[in-house]
Amino acid sequence: MIVTENLDIAYDQMVIVKQLNIEIPSHKITALVGANGSGKSTILKTMARLLKPKSGHVLLDGKAIHQLRTKEVAKQLAILPQNPTAPEGMTVTDLVTYGRFPHQRGFGSLTKQDKEVIEWAIEATGMKEFAHRPVDQLSGGQRQRAWIAMALAQETPILFLDEPTTFLDMAHQLEVLNLLEELHEKERRTIVMVVHDLNHASRYAHHMIAIKKGTVVKAGTPMEVMQPHIIEEVFGIQCDIIRDPRTGLPLCLPYALSRSKKEQVHHIG
Amino acid sequence: MKNDTVNQYSRPWIAITVIVIGIFAIVFGIALSISVGAANIQLSTVWEALVHYNPNRTEHAIIQDLRLPRSLADVLVGASFAVAGAIMQGMTRNPLADAGLLGLNAGATLMVAVCFAFLPGLSYNSLILFSFLGAAVAAGLVYGISSLARGGLTPVRLVLAGAAVSALLTALSEGIAIHFQLSQELAFWYAGGVAGVKWSQLKVMTPWLVVALVGSLLLSRSITLLSLGDEVATGLGQKTGLVKMLGMIIVLLLAGVSVSAVGPIGFIGLVVPHIARFFVGVDYRWIIPCSAVLGGGFMIMADIGARMINPPYETPIGVLFALIGVPFFLYVARKGRRELS
Repeated sequence: MIVTENLDIAYDQMVIVKQLNIEIPSHKITALVGANGSGKSTILKTMARLLKPKSGHVLLDGKAIHQLRTKEVAKQLAILPQNPTAPEGMTVTDLVTYGRFPHQRGFGSLTKQDKEVIEWAIEATGMKEFAHRPVDQLSGGQRQRAWIAMALAQETPILFLDEPTTFLDMAHQLEVLNLLEELHEKERRTIVMVVHDLNHASRYAHHMIAIKKGTVVKAGTPMEVMQPHIIEEVFGIQCDIIRDPRTGLPLCLPYALSRSKKEQVHHIG
Repeated sequence: MKNDTVNQYSRPWIAITVIVIGIFAIVFGIALSISVGAANIQLSTVWEALVHYNPNRTEHAIIQDLRLPRSLADVLVGASFAVAGAIMQGMTRNPLADAGLLGLNAGATLMVAVCFAFLPGLSYNSLILFSFLGAAVAAGLVYGISSLARGGLTPVRLVLAGAAVSALLTALSEGIAIHFQLSQELAFWYAGGVAGVKWSQLKVMTPWLVVALVGSLLLSRSITLLSLGDEVATGLGQKTGLVKMLGMIIVLLLAGVSVSAVGPIGFIGLVVPHIARFFVGVDYRWIIPCSAVLGGGFMIMADIGARMINPPYETPIGVLFALIGVPFFLYVARKGRRELS
């Protein structure tokens, strides 16, 4: 389990996140949602020890993550940053192989187990037919799956993803999200992702955390978080929440900017 | 099929082939380089001079005192510039990174000029230290300037800052050269003076360069990880800050020491790693040793060429590299235009 304790995060002097206390439940899919610039990516990166907090702690199974050996953390937690790019000419297999880094020693020759895990990660993400293709020549969805395969090869119980569906069309978005759902179901991995689409969050996540200006507005099940007044506070829009006729899960239908937001927009315009 | 997939991961056989052929080419190049020049010497005499040195024969003296140190310096310095370029390209994920383009060579040159002017008679060891510092200051300036800009570091911004800083530092060195009437001595450096390398210099610079080259091999795997991006590398459990610092120290050593010996030779660090990558792919465990061998080979061949174009005069080796390097730079810049801007 991952917990943050009174986390303050700042870039230079600008404080982005103040006194943040959140809990990431194990073996569930958690979605971080919030407007642009709300600090959700920053929170994700700090929880994954890519950024150092100004004060406070991130606890991974009770231990402060920023004090743990980074290679040990990498055996517990894999993170896929937003929009990563592979060097030109690097093949999918090359890329996935680097996922084994935390498990390797010395100059990095591959053991039998390493090879098996690499095979498996490529298969699990449906990338077998593209295994020898350069990553930079793949479509957006395939590329994203290749990176997920790399994170899978890390064999961590926890997987973080920063906007895994941005820049993808609808079919590719579903492809990635279905893959994550499958990983959760088959392997009970803890998955934490930043997502833009509220309805995706509602459908795929078990736990949602809504963030505004670096603080938690509401955390809970999609049912608890997807409420008009909460959405209005977090995103500055007015919406109707209806039930998805297939799944019974809440769906958000935005129809207007909220009043304060509207004034802002007019003011700018 | 099962093993196929994973073994494709790197291309060790191609790499080993490149290295072996490269080493043969270097050995042949050294022999050839010793025999050609203002005084042509037969290869058999070259061998004799190495095995049964006779100080009374002029040819033996030329070989031992002039040509041999020059050839060895060619190989060492060529390897160093190439490896410095490879490391910089990997660490900054910038296909245009090169000790020359990013101002390191100009910084080192300025410090050499300063030493000539203000500290004449400085030991070569201290000169290397100053040269290293010059490269470090230039690197700091270039990185500082380009990261101050809004939107942060981009490859093209780095190269622009490098060009600006290089121009400034080079102008300063030339100013010093004119004011202190050191133009003749310094002209050797600007043009890439391998010709003047002596045993005493070689003895001092070799340990530094060998240590830095070995260090670059030890760091090679970490550099491949960095080439995936800082965040990915950190996420995979790499101590990114430490690796970058070590990488930078190695680059400054390679460039600083080389410039102090032979002057700023540009483009070899830009071109050679791309050629190595063309053969061996994206893994720096192979790119770095291949760059070393190819860089050494290129340098010695270019030096031979420089002596053969217009004998008995020597064409400056820097000019030769610029002739190959400039079109190549334009090619890389065009090819990567989308990612670079």
